[in-house]
Amino acid sequence: MPETTAPNGQSQAADFEPKIVAFFCNWCTYLAADLAGTSRLRYAPNVRVVRVMCSGRVDPQFVLEAFAQGADGVLIGGCHPGDCHYQEGNYKALRRYHLLRRMLEQMGVEPERFRLEWISASEGERLRAVVNDMVEKVRALGPLRKNAAAQLLEEATVR
Amino acid sequence: MKPKVAFYWCASCGGCEEAVVDLAEKVLDVVAAVDIVFWPVALDFKRKDVEAMPDGSIAAAFINGAIRTSEQEEMAHLLRRKAQVVIAFGACAQTGGIPGLANLYDRESVLAAVYRESPSTANAEGVLPQPHYPVNGEALELPVFHERVRALNQVIPVDYSIPGCPPTPKLLADAVAALLTGRLPERGAVLAPDKALCEECPRRDSKPEKLAIQQFKRPHETLIETDKCLLAQGLLCLGPATRAGCEARCIQGNMPCTGCFGATSRVRDFGAKALSAIASLTGSNDEAEIVQILENIPDPVGSFYRYSLPVAPLPAKRAPAAE
Repeated sequence: MPETTAPNGQSQAADFEPKIVAFFCNWCTYLAADLAGTSRLRYAPNVRVVRVMCSGRVDPQFVLEAFAQGADGVLIGGCHPGDCHYQEGNYKALRRYHLLRRMLEQMGVEPERFRLEWISASEGERLRAVVNDMVEKVRALGPLRKNAAAQLLEEATVR
Repeated sequence: MKPKVAFYWCASCGGCEEAVVDLAEKVLDVVAAVDIVFWPVALDFKRKDVEAMPDGSIAAAFINGAIRTSEQEEMAHLLRRKAQVVIAFGACAQTGGIPGLANLYDRESVLAAVYRESPSTANAEGVLPQPHYPVNGEALELPVFHERVRALNQVIPVDYSIPGCPPTPKLLADAVAALLTGRLPERGAVLAPDKALCEECPRRDSKPEKLAIQQFKRPHETLIETDKCLLAQGLLCLGPATRAGCEARCIQGNMPCTGCFGATSRVRDFGAKALSAIASLTGSNDEAEIVQILENIPDPVGSFYRYSLPVAPLPAKRAPAAE
């Protein structure tokens, strides 16, 4: 069933398409995305998937950089607890996620814009649901902000 | 003729000036080798004296402090013109420093807090600093207070930086020696060792093979042992992510590293990397427990971007939102 990506409401700017950078681990979530593809499941085309070997490889610097370069949301996908191909990588991701989530909130990034989800290789349907849900929530929030560098330049000027 | 050197301060506390004074008797060697042509904190030269110098006539300008006002910005540009080498001296000039944390708030909130709301302020009329003020037919001027705090290299090109809050006298002496002998490294370099503080920490041997922190403690909440790795005691020590070269002074004072030396050359963003290093040490795999342990780090931005918020890749959105 093709799902519509447009919100039912009419309150949002019609032309805003959120950009979501998704870091998917090679062993679980990336395979789930693959499965969604081969199963012909349709999900919002707003995600840009970056395959990493493990969710534990996702350095918080990547997340900040993604937001800084114009992402409206960042999604990290990893194996379920206990299933990590490298034993502990997803736990490292989990620990970093919770501290980074709070730091991003302090910096003005709403929690809906940054998500960590466990999606196994067999969960193509779940991948679709997570992506669609996140796209809609970020769409409702609107763009994160103007391009960071431009924003800095503008605000640095003498008033 | 001796090479000319200038020192200047911008948004800073004076601690970096103290680092120069802390050269102690070595300052005599420096004075014997160079002419200090500008140093507002100690010598009576004025801006017009600098303006009168030919461009490029100062061998090196050491500028400390972040940039918040129009005056600081003008002085940075002036010294850039007059000096062959500009050195960002100290954490504030290098990455924004403590004053840079004000970027969490907008300009109006900062002015209101300082001039209207703080309990020690007596300002019944609620007067705020004005860039222009006419008095008795004369126009008085104050520097403009900019929207954001910036690091020096966000305002002018910077040749080298010396990290620290404040830098150690040794780093300053080494930099002066390198200047005098022309042994300066590639432009853009940070004039400090390029390795993590843990590597030169006197408590290094007591750092466990695998750290698993069950409870983060703030320094006032615990009696700190003097010979054991501070992370192993649950203190938020940023040694694993911070550049060495400070001679582990805080550690020797039995206090954890707060990261004033910034990142090594392998790291782009100190705050995110330091957060990563610390969060990974959380000693649990259970989500609820992880959240609970990390709650003992109440202020992540203040802990990890304490000295570098203005150069964070993602500029903080200021509260309240001005949009």
